[in-house]
Amino acid sequence: MRRDIFQAIADPTRRGIVMLLAAHNMTPNAIAAHFDSSRQAVSKHIKILMECDLLHQQQQGREIYYHLNAKKMQEVEKWLEQFKSLLAKRFNQLDEVLTQLKSNEK
Amino acid sequence: MKKSILFNFTVDKQNKKIKVERSFNAPLDLVWKAWTESEVLDQWWAPKPWRAETKSMDFKEGGQWHYAMIGPDGEKQWCLHDFKSVESKKSFSGLDAFCDKHANINNTKPRAFWNNVFNDHSNSTIVNIEISFDEPENLETIIAMGFKEGFAMGLENLDHYLSSH
Repeated sequence: MRRDIFQAIADPTRRGIVMLLAAHNMTPNAIAAHFDSSRQAVSKHIKILMECDLLHQQQQGREIYYHLNAKKMQEVEKWLEQFKSLLAKRFNQLDEVLTQLKSNEK
Repeated sequence: MKKSILFNFTVDKQNKKIKVERSFNAPLDLVWKAWTESEVLDQWWAPKPWRAETKSMDFKEGGQWHYAMIGPDGEKQWCLHDFKSVESKKSFSGLDAFCDKHANINNTKPRAFWNNVFNDHSNSTIVNIEISFDEPENLETIIAMGFKEGFAMGLENLDHYLSSH
């Protein structure tokens, strides 16, 4: 099942997992140790993050490590960048309008 | 001497807020006018080559700004801004929305709450804008929509326009 990335990061525990993995790759046990919720509940959150392609897993010896799919995280940043550039352009237009208004007043 | 422009854009993901700070090289009276009078708003609110066209504006608490964003091919997106608070020449806030030409709101875009505070710095004015979303997931939803509708419309056109000038 494919899930929506934004639904995924709307949950505080899942955001917490993402923050942890931003620092370094971790095993499911190491991740679970950071939360009060049961190991099972944490596994479920990991599963959801996997389903929306935010996390990838990697086998290292006998252990499974999770790491962040940085590309997916960039979608959020990309939108914010767009919004920022929209505002920047809108305000540049306002600068011009203000210059005009000022010269009309003189 | 031309003063440099201040433009800060920060995202408070925890509180689902976007904070923007922008300075304008004009006295407060003029900046306030530009943000609150439809004839002036129509000149800058829509990113070129889009333009904004006001159908009606009643700038007061409980009033509305009903306008259309019109694209280069004549396509229209009707928008509404419900004013929640107005403190003359200091601040105003309101809730945005997409709607139809009769100002009936639709839910194709999560509503964002804009709070704009104007600060006088003699010949320049700093506007502090806080954009927040009442539904906890709305910032994500609006991001998930990729801003295809609404503000981003024509952004690509805009880039093209800007680079050709």
